[in-house]
Amino acid sequence: MSTFETIPESTSQTSAEHLAERLSKSITAAAEADRREGWNRPPVFLPESENGVLEVAMGPHHPSTHGVFRMDVSVDGERVIRLKPVFGYLHRNHEKIAEGTAYLASMPYTDRLDYFCSLTNNWAYALAVEKLAGIQVPERAEYIRVILAELTRIQNHAAAVGFLLQDMGASGTPLMYAFREREKILDLFEQLTGSRMMCNYMRFGGCRVDVTDAWLDRARRLVAGMPQFVDEFEALLTTNEILMVRCQGIGALKPDLAVNAGVTGPMLRATGVNYDLRKVDHYGIYDRFKFRIPLGDHGDVYDRYMVRILEIREAVHILEQALKEIPAGPIMDPKTKLRGFRPKPGEAYGRIEAPKGELGFYLISDGGSNPYRYRVRPPSMINLTVLEDMCLGHNVADVVVILGSVDIVLGEVDR
Amino acid sequence: MLGEGILKGLAQTAKNFAGSYVSEERLTTVQYPEERLPVAEASRVFPFLVFDGSEWLGGMRCVACQICEKECPPKCIYIEKSKDKKPDYVGKQQFYPVRFDIDISVCMSCQICVEVCPFEAIKMDTAFELATDDRFGGLLLDRQQLAKSNEYYHSIHPTEASEVDARLDEEKVKAEAKAKAAAPAAAAKPPAPAGGKD
Repeated sequence: MSTFETIPESTSQTSAEHLAERLSKSITAAAEADRREGWNRPPVFLPESENGVLEVAMGPHHPSTHGVFRMDVSVDGERVIRLKPVFGYLHRNHEKIAEGTAYLASMPYTDRLDYFCSLTNNWAYALAVEKLAGIQVPERAEYIRVILAELTRIQNHAAAVGFLLQDMGASGTPLMYAFREREKILDLFEQLTGSRMMCNYMRFGGCRVDVTDAWLDRARRLVAGMPQFVDEFEALLTTNEILMVRCQGIGALKPDLAVNAGVTGPMLRATGVNYDLRKVDHYGIYDRFKFRIPLGDHGDVYDRYMVRILEIREAVHILEQALKEIPAGPIMDPKTKLRGFRPKPGEAYGRIEAPKGELGFYLISDGGSNPYRYRVRPPSMINLTVLEDMCLGHNVADVVVILGSVDIVLGEVDR
Repeated sequence: MLGEGILKGLAQTAKNFAGSYVSEERLTTVQYPEERLPVAEASRVFPFLVFDGSEWLGGMRCVACQICEKECPPKCIYIEKSKDKKPDYVGKQQFYPVRFDIDISVCMSCQICVEVCPFEAIKMDTAFELATDDRFGGLLLDRQQLAKSNEYYHSIHPTEASEVDARLDEEKVKAEAKAKAAAPAAAAKPPAPAGGKD
């Protein structure tokens, strides 16, 4: 607490009073700034405290924020009494760039939104454009999309859980186990798409290259070994007492608040709301597969962890079915041109269940070669909006865990 | 019992630690750069220009149609078209690039230039150790640095290169047959270009 040391000795005030005065000034200034910027926040209530209230800027270079993300936290001792997420440090003008370039040229940029799950981003964008232009996707391409999306889900959830444990202080081991499995999936991606993370694979009306039988065999072997990994991972973590103490009852989210805030994905399902776009929206060919939606009970960090682990298991089931049933046939709609693609004027919203939640692309076409309006509905940014509600009353150390359990990727939050 | 879960977890860690000495499955790391994994065939890093034969400028497939320049998402390609023409692989007179620069500090390896190229002239390289201490000049590749032979293309992407060669041979045969058919009728008029007009 270097703040105390900087207070000159000669002042008549005690250090706590001095701090409280400084704090009230900064709160007033922050409230004024909020008003100027058009934020309509409720007035900040600061309880009297003998320790004084301290404002801490966690981030933007804090290692636990998973990127450049800042949380302005007001703490009373160790207790969080106010938290304001500040993002935009990684803003790359994605939407405006997409409005200025051809439809196809935005596809590699979507890889860079949520760089952990580039294939689901590709799919959501392709789905929006296919809705806009009325393109039919061949059956084999649909199967490839499902296979790749579920592989993406497995590697994202494994990495998310690994990072969550890393934030809790389990330095290395669970994360490295998760990354060991993730690397196998990324190798599959590289063999098919040419790139480990920036896959740029889906095209409007299909996929870019066909999968070979050798690739499918390799994928089958990987999927067959996946339950063993999840068992090992769970033996390492699920009943670990330290993890249970750190996670259970921390960052609980009420279902009604989650629904009102538009939270989606594993975070919403951890609160017990049964909402999965794969079941609700019937996009792609998910109707053909048998799988269950894991639901939580309390909406706390532990439930989010459990929902992710169970989703990996369900993704394995989907993959087993898809890899068995994949038909032969074309992978591209023959009528769709690669260049000079101009959909008719109209608008479309394509959304999928990305590993982090509902990822949607909203497009308006005016008949030109580039979209008139291009908007991304990023799941991790909207899931972040309830961060303050989840953190209030918890310790600073829990803020890190709660943020880790939201599973954000700043490339998607800031775009 | 309190601590049981921790002990169970530690047993897993011990299993993995001991297993890393005996099992390939558990020891997945590689001591780069002494030890290297094979590069995947589909792997892509930055684009290069394919030329046929032994002479890079004479055999260059690129006809400076500038489609890749236009379609490139981050606009990292710069092309200047030639004033004169040279014969291409079917013997037709074509323009060639007097300047073809790719700024690989901007390029994002998306492969869209490869997909839109109608002449099979630009392909993706797999060389990834491209670190340089020259921030601007070292990362701006000109046409000579970009030019790689068809043999090199075959060595990095064998399946894809064979498909491309088969396609080009087919086109060549077709063009020759067409030229033969057209020769007695209108010897003076060259056949219409195959594509690439925008």
